[in-house]
Amino acid sequence: MSLTAGGGLSRRGLLAGAAGLGAAAALSACGVAGRNPSASASATKTPSVATDLSDTDKVVNWSNWPQYIDVGKGGKRPTLDAFTKSSGITVNYNEDYNDNDEFFAKVRPLLEAGKDTGRDLWVSTDWMVARMIRLGYLEPLDKSNIPNVTNLDPNLANPEFDPGCTYSLPWQVTFAGIAYNPKATGGKKVTTMDQLLHDPALKGKVTLLTEMRDTVGQLMIEQGIDITKFTAEQYTDAIAVLQAAKDAGQIKAFTGNDYTKPLASGDTAACLAWTGDVVQLKADNPSLGYVLPEKGFSVGSDCLVIPAMAQHKKNAEKLINYYYDPEVMAEVVAYINYVGPVLGVKDVLAKSDPELTKNELIFPSQETLARGQIFRSLTAAEETSFTEQFQTLVAG
Amino acid sequence: MAFAVPSRGARRTAKARRGFATPLILLAPALLWLIVFFIVPTISLASQSLQTGDIDNGYVLTWHFQNYADALSRYWSQFARSFGYAAIATIGTLILGYPLAWFIAHRSGRFKTMLLVLVVAPFFTNFLIRTLAWLIILTDSGPVTAFFRATGLTNLLQAVGLTDNNSLLFSHFAVISGLIYNFLPFMVLPLYSSIERLDLRLVDAAGDLYANGWNKFWKVIWPLSLPGVVSGTLLTFIPASGDYINSKLLGNTQTVMIGQVIDSQFLRVLNYPLAAALSFILMISIIVLVGAYVRAAGTEELV
Repeated sequence: MSLTAGGGLSRRGLLAGAAGLGAAAALSACGVAGRNPSASASATKTPSVATDLSDTDKVVNWSNWPQYIDVGKGGKRPTLDAFTKSSGITVNYNEDYNDNDEFFAKVRPLLEAGKDTGRDLWVSTDWMVARMIRLGYLEPLDKSNIPNVTNLDPNLANPEFDPGCTYSLPWQVTFAGIAYNPKATGGKKVTTMDQLLHDPALKGKVTLLTEMRDTVGQLMIEQGIDITKFTAEQYTDAIAVLQAAKDAGQIKAFTGNDYTKPLASGDTAACLAWTGDVVQLKADNPSLGYVLPEKGFSVGSDCLVIPAMAQHKKNAEKLINYYYDPEVMAEVVAYINYVGPVLGVKDVLAKSDPELTKNELIFPSQETLARGQIFRSLTAAEETSFTEQFQTLVAG
Repeated sequence: MAFAVPSRGARRTAKARRGFATPLILLAPALLWLIVFFIVPTISLASQSLQTGDIDNGYVLTWHFQNYADALSRYWSQFARSFGYAAIATIGTLILGYPLAWFIAHRSGRFKTMLLVLVVAPFFTNFLIRTLAWLIILTDSGPVTAFFRATGLTNLLQAVGLTDNNSLLFSHFAVISGLIYNFLPFMVLPLYSSIERLDLRLVDAAGDLYANGWNKFWKVIWPLSLPGVVSGTLLTFIPASGDYINSKLLGNTQTVMIGQVIDSQFLRVLNYPLAAALSFILMISIIVLVGAYVRAAGTEELV
């Protein structure tokens, strides 16, 4: 704004100036103070706790991923119904958890303000659990309400992101492997990241996952790097390899669960894919190929957690306890085909559905399990830097 | 302010006040709407775009104008691509929509209402579902791709760089097709209302004055339909430049639009200030582009 040009100060100029000052004041008012700005980023904050209404209000509000629980005739959910029948607790089950980042954006303002999210239980992926613990968004689980916790697979009992499972218990375990459609690859098997990223026959027909830990993790494993303790340089090098493949037009897209349809139709020739999805896809398209690579594969888990300010914490814990009964978890696993975290599920299913227990993708052998690796925990600064690099690759 | 002047009569003051109050009461809902859903968010977005911080320590206004420089230097190509796609899609919808609007307005007889409903009919389905349907339409094993391959059109598209690997899906072509399809009704409806009002006797008069077909269109019909063209292009171009569903679902890693970048910075990287700066740049660029366009076309054409 030029106040001197033309000699006089015009009315319009004055108004614009006044508006400018007003806007500056308004902008200053918008700064959002952190909850604990002086604390170092790695310090864990304490969650706000609400009065537990569980005993008077027989309700539990659960947010879960779509198609992540057993469904029976008429769209009913048999295990949930049985829980309500035996405990008298009504479950408001919502499939509104589609994406870790989107869900986080939705609940963060409430949790940051110390308000109730209207949810008592949800299922977050391990790295999101780590972030939520760090930010003080989760309440520790009261194990005295979850006696069935003794059924937890000991391999999963002490994850790096939540030592001793203080805040979270696994709902399902996910393995990332390589899937391919032989019709689109000309019958060729695709078993390595190297093929995905460099085989000219697959050019423009490859999808990778938007889950940074699965995509970059898988590549680093193949490069011979231990993803439970890699360095920032090794990470950046892996990103460079992916970037080169992207720039060469090899990679068609980075996807969530939506890789399934193009893979089945052959528009995608080969991709990174999760076990549970593939088991379900193969039921309709038996010709699809799937491998958990020889050099190893990345393992993730989706965990049950109770958010800060939950109004029905005890009811949520009772629900967790219920699903940690092998009989109940067996029903879930038989329907969704992921790897359940509860011991004894295989024995239950051996009687009812012996065919299923032979599926290596649902009941992996010890040899297979030994090849699985979990991406190491990241500090807050690393998380920002790594996500930034990965997103520059995905959306840049 | 009439009521501030003491020499005026009381009756007149009351009348003046009522005269002021009525429009204000009538405007109140719209004003409130604008303040709550536009002005307040815009201010908070502007503030956010000048902040620094992270989710652990909160975001503080530090007048960090560098966010804008970063946004532009890192993502100028995605901005350019978005406006390029939006411009092509706008021209595409105009070419497809103009004859269609003409036909519905003047040649469809008793089917007019039905045809108009058909133009709007896709809106009865969800935007996402409509876009996902294009995955099936353009699939490699589908008839559309087979036709394009048989007629050599894939080679043509590939030669101009719109597709890759002898397929149609996941390419510039697919994204632009999706945009044209999704925004076509926004072009057809304003065009229709302009063209429908057009007095056909003027076209006859042009014929009587020995205008040939082209001159009838270019000298008479086109200028009279300009209000529809201007509002149609605005209604198409503005949302198309900010769209990211089409590029996300139908595109590949080389078709990223600015909406996707904002989505990734806001949701995944949690760099709220950069996302806010990107949004602001997008908003201002559109205002500048649209301002220049409306100025060139003349504001009287808008009505």
